[in-house]
Amino acid sequence: MSARATPYASWGGVLRAPHIACRPATRAAAAEVLCGGGTMVLHGNGRSYGDVALNPGGGLMDITALDRFIAFDPDTGLLTCEAGVKLSDILEVLSRPQADGGGWLLPVMPGTRFITVAGAIANDVHGKNAHHLGSFGNHVEQVELVRSDGSRLTCSRTEHPDLFAATLGGLGLTGLILSATLRLRRVPGLGIESEDIRFGHLDDFFRLDAESADHWEYTAAWVDCLASGAALGRGIYSRGRHVPGVACDPPARAPRLSVPLTPPLSAVNGLSVRAFNALYWRKLGGAGRRLSIGSYGPSFFPLDAIGQWPRLYGPRGFYQFQAVVPHADGPAVTRELLKTIAASRQGSMLVVLKRFGTVEPEGLLSFPMPGISLALDFPNRGEATLRLLGRLESLVMEAGGRIYPAKDSCMRAESFAQGYPALDAFRAFIDPALTSAFARRVGILKEFPA
Amino acid sequence: MTSGSRIAIFGATSDIAAAYARRSAEGKARLALFARDAAALDALKADLVVRGAAEVQTFAADFTDFSALPGLARTALTALGGLDVALVAYGSLPDQKTLNTDPAALRAALDLNFTSPAMLANLLAEGLEPARAGAIAVITSVAGDRGRQSNYGYGAAKGGLQTFLDGLRHRLAPAGVHVLDIRPGFVATKMTAHLPQGGPLWAMPDKVATDIAGALRKRSAVLYTPWFWWGIMTIIRAVPRAVFHRTKL
Ligand SMILES: Cc1cc2nc3c(=O)[nH]c(=O)nc-3n(C[C@H](O)[C@H](O)[C@H](O)COP(=O)(O)OP(=O)(O)OC[C@H]3O[C@@H](n4cnc5c(N)ncnc54)[C@H](O)[C@@H]3O)c2cc1C
Ligand SMILES: NC(=O)c1ccc[n+]([C@@H]2O[C@H](COP(=O)([O-])OP(=O)(O)OC[C@H]3O[C@@H](n4cnc5c(N)ncnc54)[C@H](OP(=O)(O)O)[C@@H]3O)[C@@H](O)[C@H]2O)c1
Repeated sequence: MSARATPYASWGGVLRAPHIACRPATRAAAAEVLCGGGTMVLHGNGRSYGDVALNPGGGLMDITALDRFIAFDPDTGLLTCEAGVKLSDILEVLSRPQADGGGWLLPVMPGTRFITVAGAIANDVHGKNAHHLGSFGNHVEQVELVRSDGSRLTCSRTEHPDLFAATLGGLGLTGLILSATLRLRRVPGLGIESEDIRFGHLDDFFRLDAESADHWEYTAAWVDCLASGAALGRGIYSRGRHVPGVACDPPARAPRLSVPLTPPLSAVNGLSVRAFNALYWRKLGGAGRRLSIGSYGPSFFPLDAIGQWPRLYGPRGFYQFQAVVPHADGPAVTRELLKTIAASRQGSMLVVLKRFGTVEPEGLLSFPMPGISLALDFPNRGEATLRLLGRLESLVMEAGGRIYPAKDSCMRAESFAQGYPALDAFRAFIDPALTSAFARRVGILKEFPA
Repeated sequence: MTSGSRIAIFGATSDIAAAYARRSAEGKARLALFARDAAALDALKADLVVRGAAEVQTFAADFTDFSALPGLARTALTALGGLDVALVAYGSLPDQKTLNTDPAALRAALDLNFTSPAMLANLLAEGLEPARAGAIAVITSVAGDRGRQSNYGYGAAKGGLQTFLDGLRHRLAPAGVHVLDIRPGFVATKMTAHLPQGGPLWAMPDKVATDIAGALRKRSAVLYTPWFWWGIMTIIRAVPRAVFHRTKL
């Protein structure tokens, strides 16, 4: 397998570096690379915003050529596929409406469908229905894992259950996932009924959320992060649910439009964000609410419509921040976070507020926990942005919350250890051939202090 | 691709061919796949079945064993009860420096990239001509459009194949059998894994596969894929020899 110096970047574009990269074409070749000596990071489709899939200057195994389906059982919905199959391909191939409008669907879909199955497992990703169906790992039946000592294991809830739990949300450190078996879900209608409701204040969000949680499977809210004072936390609440009998085709396999070049300066700045937020908040017109029935694509994957959209942030890129805080102090801490962000005037238009439910994630280092999660982007303005992120991190840690590795570029080792109390137990499962800039930075790998 | 099309692919484990097979499978095609690597063929078959192929048959094949070619052609023509498309995809990109000094390597490159696919195309024609239907699609290359110091062994084989297909098309026109000459530019596949893939001139196998399906539908004679290679090759062919010799192309 030939390795060559190839640039790889975080999705936010802040970190970009050459890696000694290889892209094995088969599972056997990938296993050989892992066992061939040397350390490396595993890299899926690179949709993580920070450094979980990077190892600047070091080894990298790109698993995107492992993109074959292996088997699908149309009676049970069990799908076995290689680790590099993208969720977009699964939807395209298997989420076709049947005669009754229903069909097979991925039980958990994050805000982009252009991620690999291994990436979805390694970050134990969540979607808008986290409060109903938990995270991706809850629907994984088994994984085929190779370790650098040459062992090739089937891990499930009954075989090597501890290693299985470490691998869900295992940040690519417990071994190389070669393939996985997922349990797809049969819905009575692939199409969804979705409702957008404008709200004027953060309290209204919590009210709407409490009222929607039981009967709406998919919920999330957009928040205007520049609004302050009486308008603090205003936004648009979106809720959706499947409608029996309503069919819809899968969303396109690739974006129709793409940002061709990186503009020399960020197109996301105080002015554009203010204009966007003002317009967006009013998009629902006088009634302040809108109900529609159709494809889940546009509401689940709004950013997938435009390829290479991070280029709009210019050459310096952007940071993403996502944290969850327990329900008890949820409203108060969310208010504090939004206040801090509004005062900094650094946020962008991309902000998501979402409830996590009580379905227990099974991974030792899974991010979701019962509570309220806030996610947003910040254009990279250097020190000022890092200071703001540091303040947000402190607020979250004081409230007993945790920060999401898939989105993170700067959390401190103490915060990781506090947020993920199973870290010590996890260390026993680390494969010595695997590493990442993230794992070294937050002290998962002790031999390389941050 | 009409649903249920009967398609035979020679060199099915080629990245370009596999991408075409996937698109076809998603259109419910029936496929007969020929390649030398049995394990890769099995993995491809499983993938195509999940993607929706109505039928997949696989056959081990050594395309440099000329005496086996008639048998392969016969199998392709009969396995699916008739044939709508035959795609001939195998090939290899040899190192020209080796070919310059090693006559056996030159011969092997010409055998695999010219003699074998030319023989196979003729054998397929024998079956399709009386049926007065079907298409023979062969992957040649833009490298066949002009001899260049860096790869004229491969280029000559592909250029020879282009001329062969031109003649075959002439012969089969009265019978209504479609002959497609597919000329890709740089495609990111196993064959080019040793080159720095990336940049505006490089295409993904998926793009080439989509173009192939389109050209079959339109019954094009020659396909440059992606399309801009038509312009590039028109210029390269037109460069005066004196100027051309000063380049490192
Ligand atoms: C627009 C957008 C919206 C998003 N929305 C959400 C959301 O709603 N919810 C959410 O949870 N996330 C969300 N994300 C984050 C994204 O889902 C995760 O970062 C996901 O893990 C990315 O998968 P990937 O295939 O790109 O993998 P990468 O980002 O390349 O890698 C992710 C992890 O997988 C590991 N890995 C890769 N291959 C293997 C392997 N074969 N075996 C073991 N480990 C491996 C890597 O080492 C790394 O730790 C979003 C991202 C974007 C860009
Ligand atoms: N990639 C490009 O940039 C490019 C450009 C122009 C034209 N082409 C042409 O496109 C076609 C497909 O190539 P590709 O790019 O898809 O590369 P590829 O993935 O390497 O495919 C080449 C195929 O040829 C098969 N093959 C090679 N030598 C063989 C032999 N001696 N016996 C039997 N099979 C043999 C290989 O089999 P295995 O799978 O068993 O190795 C492989 O399936 C080739 O004709 C190539 O010349 C490619």
